[in-house]
Amino acid sequence: MSNTSEAGRQPGLRFRERFPLLSLITERLVLSVILLFAVSVLIFGGVEALPGDFATTYLGQSATPQAVANIRAELGLDKPVVTRYFEWLGGALQGDFGKSWASRNSVSEQVGKRLGNSLFLAGFAAIIAVPLAICLGMLSVHFRNRMPDKIINVVSLAAISLPEFFIGYLLILYFAVNFGIATFPATVYEDMGFLERIQTIALPTATLVLVVLAHMMRMTRAAILSVMSSAYMETAELKGLSAGRAIIKHAAPNALAPIINVVALNLAYLVVGVVVVEVVFVYPGMGQYMVDAVTVRDMPVVQACGLIFAAVYILLNMVADILAIVANPRLRHPR
Amino acid sequence: MPDTSSSLLSIRNLKIEATSYPPGEPPKRITIVDGVSLDLQKGKVLGLIGESGAGKSTIGLSALAYGRGGAEITGGEVNLNGTNILALGKDGIRKLRGAKVCYVAQSAAAAFNPAHKLGDQVIEASVKHGLMSKDEARKRALYLFKVLGLPNPETFGDRYPHQVSGGQLQRAMTAMALCSNPELIVFDEPTTALDVTTQIDVLAAIKHAIEETHTAALYITHDLAVVAQISDDIMVLRHGKMVEYGSVKHIIETPSEDYTRALVNVRQEMRHEAPDQSKALLKVDNVSAQYSNGFKVLHNVSLHLCKGQTLAIVGESGSGKSTLARVITGLLPPSEGQITFEGKPLTPTLKKRSRDELRRIQLIYQMADTAMNPRQTVRDIIGRPLTFYYGLRGAAKTARVKELLDQIEMSNGFIDRYPAELSGGQKQRVAIARALAAKPELILCDEPTSALDPLVAEGILKLLMKLQEEQQLSYVFITHDIAIVRAIADSVAVMHRGKLVRFGAKSQALSPPFDDYTDLLLKSVPEMEIGWLEKVLTTRRMESAGN
Repeated sequence: MSNTSEAGRQPGLRFRERFPLLSLITERLVLSVILLFAVSVLIFGGVEALPGDFATTYLGQSATPQAVANIRAELGLDKPVVTRYFEWLGGALQGDFGKSWASRNSVSEQVGKRLGNSLFLAGFAAIIAVPLAICLGMLSVHFRNRMPDKIINVVSLAAISLPEFFIGYLLILYFAVNFGIATFPATVYEDMGFLERIQTIALPTATLVLVVLAHMMRMTRAAILSVMSSAYMETAELKGLSAGRAIIKHAAPNALAPIINVVALNLAYLVVGVVVVEVVFVYPGMGQYMVDAVTVRDMPVVQACGLIFAAVYILLNMVADILAIVANPRLRHPR
Repeated sequence: MPDTSSSLLSIRNLKIEATSYPPGEPPKRITIVDGVSLDLQKGKVLGLIGESGAGKSTIGLSALAYGRGGAEITGGEVNLNGTNILALGKDGIRKLRGAKVCYVAQSAAAAFNPAHKLGDQVIEASVKHGLMSKDEARKRALYLFKVLGLPNPETFGDRYPHQVSGGQLQRAMTAMALCSNPELIVFDEPTTALDVTTQIDVLAAIKHAIEETHTAALYITHDLAVVAQISDDIMVLRHGKMVEYGSVKHIIETPSEDYTRALVNVRQEMRHEAPDQSKALLKVDNVSAQYSNGFKVLHNVSLHLCKGQTLAIVGESGSGKSTLARVITGLLPPSEGQITFEGKPLTPTLKKRSRDELRRIQLIYQMADTAMNPRQTVRDIIGRPLTFYYGLRGAAKTARVKELLDQIEMSNGFIDRYPAELSGGQKQRVAIARALAAKPELILCDEPTSALDPLVAEGILKLLMKLQEEQQLSYVFITHDIAIVRAIADSVAVMHRGKLVRFGAKSQALSPPFDDYTDLLLKSVPEMEIGWLEKVLTTRRMESAGN
C-alpha cells in the first residue's frame, strides 16, 4: 500500500494504479487470446506428429505411390507445414474449418449441429448440477460435522473418484438393463420433441451431474464456512442482525466470488468432459464426432473439435477470472 | 463497592467455560472466567486489564450475552438495568445487541465487511432495530464522524473499509458502536493494533466521544498505561479470576496485590548505557535499499553498534526498521553504501556469504511460532545450527543443547517437546537458544517481545540482558516500544519513512532538543500517570495555536 504514492513517478504503473479493474480484465482478455493461439499451434503440431497417414489408410490395398501422391496433392498435404497451419488458422478465424477428408462435407456445418447437441447435454447437466451443488453445500454447512454433512461428503467424493465411463456403465446396468426405466442408447435425432429428448439424455446427464457435483459442493461449503468464521460475521451477530440478513447481506457478497469461480471451472469441465460420456451413451455430440474422426485420421475434424473445446475451456476460465475480479471490492473501488 | 441497585451493568459471580480439544487426548472442560463480579454506573468507564488468557474479552462479550468460539456462560448473572440478560430469549438478546450494548473489536480492519460502504455499516444496526430512520441515522453518523475527528466527515461514509487507514477504521468502528445511542459499549483492545502516534489520536477521540455521549464503557486492554487514561475504575484479571478492583488512582498509585504492582512497575531500566561507544562492531555506512520494482525503502542510513552493546532501532510500521535488519542479514542487498563488520566489509548478498559470516550474525523473530518447524522437537530446533556450524552430532550435540537450555533458564525436560507444547515465552526462549547455538557476535532481534504479555516480555528482556553480560553479545533490537528502548538500549536509532531521523547514545537521543518526529513519537507513548492524555492534548493544542 505504501508504494501507491510512488506510482506517479513511474509512468508504466499509472494506468494500472488508476484503473486496476480495467487493466486486470484487459490483461486476462489478452492472455486468453495468446493462450488460444498457443493451443492452436499445439493442436496443429500434435495432429501433424501423429503416426499414420490419411491417404494410405483411405486407399487401403490400392495405395500405389501414385494414388497416394494424388490424394496428398488434392488435400494440399504437399505444401509445407507452416503454410498449411496459416491457411488453416486463417480459415478457422473466419469460421471455416475446411472440408472433412472422409465425407468431403464442410466441417463447420457438421460441427455446428454436433456442438449444439453437446452444449444441450452439458447445459442440461449444468442446470441440474449447479443449484444442486450449491444447495447441498449450504446443507452441509448447516449440518456441519454431523451425519447429513458426512453423508453428502462421502457420496459426492465417491462420485468424483469414479471415472465417468464407469459411472456411465453402472447407470446403464442398473437403470437401463436391470430396472429398464431409462433409455439406452441416448441417441437423439433432429426431429425429436423436447420432452422426448430430455428423456433420452437422462442417463448421460446423470453421469455428468455426478462427476461435477462433488467439486462444486465442496467448494461452496468451504467458501461459506470461511466467510461465516470471519470477524465481520461476528460483527453482524453482535449488531443484533437476524440470521437471514446476516447471511444475505454480509456473507453472500463475500462467498459469491469463490463459488462463481468454481462453477465456471466446472462448466468448462462439463463441456470438455462430455467426450467420454457421449461415446459411452452413443450421443451424437462433438465428442463422438471427434472420436470417430480420430479413428479414420480425418484431421480437419479432429483439429476443429480440439480448437473448439480449447476455446470453450479458455472462455469459461476467463469468465471465471473476470467475475472473481469484478466481485472484489478492492479492485472495484481503488483507493 | 458501589451501590448495586443503581448500576447500569452489574455482573454477579460470572462463570464461563469452554471445551478444549487437545490433540490425541479426550476433550476437557476448561474454566475461562471464574466467579467474577463487577458494577458499572451510567456514563462511567471500567477498565478490564490482564494478560492474554485472563478472560477479559470473554467478560466483555458476556455483556452482549455472547460466547466466542464455543465459550459458554454457565453460571452467574449479567444484569443490565436490573434485567438479567442471560435469561432473555434469543430474540430478546438480538434486540439488545447493537441497540443497548455495542461492541468495538480489536481489529476494525477485519470486523468491517469489505463488501459494503462504511456509512451503510455504521447505521445498519440503528436502522434495523427501528431506532431511527435512515436519514436520522445518517445525520447521527455524520455528527459522530465529526466528534471522532475523521477526515471529510461528509463523504467518509461513502468509502469502503480498504480505502481508509487503520486508525480511521478504528474510529469508524467506534462511530458504529455509538450510532444507536447505546447505554454500554464494550471496547476490546481498540488501539492495540495501532502505532503509538495513531493510538493517541484514537484514544483521545474515543475518550471525547464517550464524554460527549454519556455512554458507559467496558474498556479491555493489556496496557495499564492506556487504561489509566480513559477509565474511572480498573479491574485486574488473571487466569479468569479477579486480582484487584478499584479506582484508577488506587490501582496505579497504591496497588495492594503483587501482580498489580508487577504490572505497574514493568519496564524499569535494566541496563545503564555504556560510556564508550566509539569502537564499532557493526557499521552501516550510507546504506540505501530498494525493492525489485524500484521502490526505495531505505534512504542513506548510517549508524554503528559497539561490541557488547545494544542498538535499539525504533519507529512505527512502514518506517523501514525491519528492512534495515533485512539489509544487514543480506536478505535484501543494499543498492548503495556498505556494511562493515569488525572492520571488514560484509558480503552484501546472503547467498554469497561464507559460513562464518553467517554464523556471526543470528536472528530472532517477532513470531517464534512461525519461525520454528512445528514438526521438530526442541532438540532438533536447537541442534540444527550446532550440526550446521560445528558439526556436532549424537551425545556431544545433546550435551550442548542441554547447556543451551540451561542458559535460557529452561530445564532439560523440554528437550523432546514440540513447539506446540510450549508457551509463547518458552518458544521465544528456544528461538534465543537457537541463535546462541551458533555462538554469534551479533543478534538481530526483530520485535521479539511485542507478541508477548508484559510480564513474559519482561522475562525475555532480562534473559537477553543476562546473556549480553555473560557472552559479550551485541544486539540490534528492533521495536516500536519506547519503554523497551529506555530499559535496555545503549544507543538509539529513530527511523521514519525509510530515513534515519535520529541516532546517538540513549541519554542523548532521548533527551531534548528533539526533532519533530522523535518529539511526536516520545509524547505519544502512554505513561502510567493519571491525566497524561489531557496533558499531552493540551500541549498539542497550545502548540498548534502558537503556530
